Amino acid sequence: MHELSIVSSVVDSVTESLAAYPGARVKEVRLRVGALAAVVEDSLQFCYGIATEGTPLAGSVLVVRTLPVRVHCVPCGQDVEIESLQSFRCPVCGEPAADLRQGRELEIESIEIEEAEEAVGP
Amino acid sequence: MTTRIVELRRGILKKNDELAAGLRQRFMAAGVLVLNLVSSPGTGKTAFLERTLRDLKARGLRVAALVGDLETDNDARRLAASGAPVRQINTHGICHLEAEMVGKHLEGWELGELDYLFIENVGNLVCPSSYDLGEKIRVALLSVTEGEDKPLKYPTMFNSADAAVITKMDIAEPCGFDRELALKNINEIRPGIRVFETSAKTGTGMEEWLNFLVKERGRAR
Repeated sequence: MHELSIVSSVVDSVTESLAAYPGARVKEVRLRVGALAAVVEDSLQFCYGIATEGTPLAGSVLVVRTLPVRVHCVPCGQDVEIESLQSFRCPVCGEPAADLRQGRELEIESIEIEEAEEAVGP
Repeated sequence: MTTRIVELRRGILKKNDELAAGLRQRFMAAGVLVLNLVSSPGTGKTAFLERTLRDLKARGLRVAALVGDLETDNDARRLAASGAPVRQINTHGICHLEAEMVGKHLEGWELGELDYLFIENVGNLVCPSSYDLGEKIRVALLSVTEGEDKPLKYPTMFNSADAAVITKMDIAEPCGFDRELALKNINEIRPGIRVFETSAKTGTGMEEWLNFLVKERGRAR
């Protein structure tokens, strides 16, 4: 239920970055969200429209890339993707794997902006 | 018009993470062991904490607690009966505690005069998992009345925990609690995690829990 505050942080953060691109319009905001980040995409999308209203992000598209959970399997000596969030085991050898390597990410990957034409001097 | 892609690679909760990192440094410098207690509403976090505060004080240890709730200071008043300094954090609708709220409520406390600080989070097994509070140990609690599959339903929280506590063991039998299954499920989500089976009412399992706290504090210093 904290998606609105997550989205508000995204709006603040992107707005801050826009200072370097005066007059730019945001077309797309891309997030990387781990499967264990406790964030629901539908809810993010729902809140996004509300949170961006009246900001430079208004009308932009939110793209959420979900990252699967990866753990390090000691016996196999490699990072593996688990098959289900209900079992933290190596899908190859079946051993429990406690060492999480990916899945908690909650970050803004990039933004796509449309820059204003530079004013042409006389 | 030119279209451009700007790489940001920025953590969305960066502000909270930075504040939490600052708190963690302060806690370590002061030598206070900080624990963040998370569970569903009704698991018995407050009863467990009341007992923990009382028992630690009886061992001559210096304890304090911050307790988060949407509304009321009922829990703070219950916990204060232990004689420990306690402060209530009312979130007024926010479903989790954030590092900033913790920092604000520590004002005026001399951390160097504490051995343990417990932070009782808002009862919620989802949102608090994303917010680092600067704690050393995150403890996920589960009561025998909740169903043994709770860890499977809330893997984001149970996977982020450093220790797990099963509460209300005194009524495990009448509730038909399947202990083996609960332990198996906890381990399926967080392999190798330390699990304490406790009853705040009868004191079952408290000795083991307190010994763990004492050992962890020794390790943290």
